[in-house]
Amino acid sequence: MSAVAVEGVWKFYGDYPALRNIRFEVEPGACLALIGRNGAGKTTLLRIVAGFSRPGKGEVKIFGAPPRDTAARRRIGFIGHGISVYDELSALENLMLYARLYALEDPRRAALEWLERTGLERSANGLVREFSRGMRQRLAVARAFLHDPKVLLLDEPFTALDDRAIAVLQRLLREALAAGKTVVMSTHQLREAMELATHVALINRGQVAFHGEATSEMAADPSLIYARYGEA
Amino acid sequence: MRFFRDVWVIALKDLRAEFRTKEAVNASLAFALVILLIFSFAFDAQEDTTREISGGLLWIAFAFAGTLILNRSFAREIPNDCLDALIASPVSGAALFLGKAIANYVLLLGMELVSLPVFSVFYNVRWMGQYGWLALVFLLGTWAITVIGTMTSALTVNIRLREVMLPMLTYPILVPALLGAMQLSMQLMAGNPIGPENESWLKMLIGFDVIYTAVSLVLVETVLVG
Repeated sequence: MSAVAVEGVWKFYGDYPALRNIRFEVEPGACLALIGRNGAGKTTLLRIVAGFSRPGKGEVKIFGAPPRDTAARRRIGFIGHGISVYDELSALENLMLYARLYALEDPRRAALEWLERTGLERSANGLVREFSRGMRQRLAVARAFLHDPKVLLLDEPFTALDDRAIAVLQRLLREALAAGKTVVMSTHQLREAMELATHVALINRGQVAFHGEATSEMAADPSLIYARYGEA
Repeated sequence: MRFFRDVWVIALKDLRAEFRTKEAVNASLAFALVILLIFSFAFDAQEDTTREISGGLLWIAFAFAGTLILNRSFAREIPNDCLDALIASPVSGAALFLGKAIANYVLLLGMELVSLPVFSVFYNVRWMGQYGWLALVFLLGTWAITVIGTMTSALTVNIRLREVMLPMLTYPILVPALLGAMQLSMQLMAGNPIGPENESWLKMLIGFDVIYTAVSLVLVETVLVG
């Protein structure tokens, strides 16, 4: 069974089709890099896959279940444009909140473990509003990985990250892929993405212009994909 | 069981965040006191007519001041895209709504509790005679404001003019509940107990709360996800 299956998805904003008949599957353990210019529809597609928004036509399945299904939601970890943690709460309180929402057995232990894995253990009781940008980003990564998701959906995960946060995220993504987890990420940072991607999908004006395995040729020169399949 | 645990987690999170900043509750309380003060200039507290309409004035103050708390309810989730993380979590929309509604209810009741003594001084109202019934009316009326306000807060969360839209959507729907709460409060403050001539208002208030709570719990998932 595919980890993620996108079956003929359309999304309309008024009469404008932001996504047109998008189809692809991602197998467990694969990493799909969704690439495309600004406004191509990558974020819209990821939000539909994550279950934040419903498609106009078509459907999405996460291990065979719709993304709004409770079991599917437990399997998804999402990093979007925002950090999705509360400024008024401490790092520990934020992670414990999400640990409780995901019904983890020992929320405190899970939160402390992820604070340590992201290098934030010394700031566990500090309020997020007092954190530096890099610390906030690492906390966002901890929040997304906290419940051990089987499918990681990342929207521009490397954008605006500092070097340490990029290193933390890349290490965690490598570990996740090695453990058989699935990653779908939209990105502009082709070089970072191609280090991890096993597959690439180029979205052009709401359509899949290319979908296939990532090759060593693409990894050596990521702009090749645009040159070959991108906007004419 | 899981549902109620989620409700509790969400309510506690909202209350903790609010008590750290006190943004909404301070603004709401100050606004309620200012409204009551301004009304006290307009109406002579010694006149019988003032006492007759005092219940109405009180609920107008609560409804206006309450929007400041209700506006923050879902807007609190916007700055860091926290709403996305809540929607992505396995928490049902109904649990999310109910948790937020309970947090709002606690904050609204807190604002009302502080406002009431000020109100009784300004308007020379002796409401202790029927305090049991009055407490029931306050609990029911406040829940009506809470449930409608929390739902419209969810509806308007992505609208740029949500501060304007929330009261515009909330007040028209609230009219029957406010009318019931005002009528009952006026009669109870005048010393009249709830009897056959005014119990229909109480039934209406209970019915309003039950129906709108049920409708909100069913619809909130659609409101949040589409």
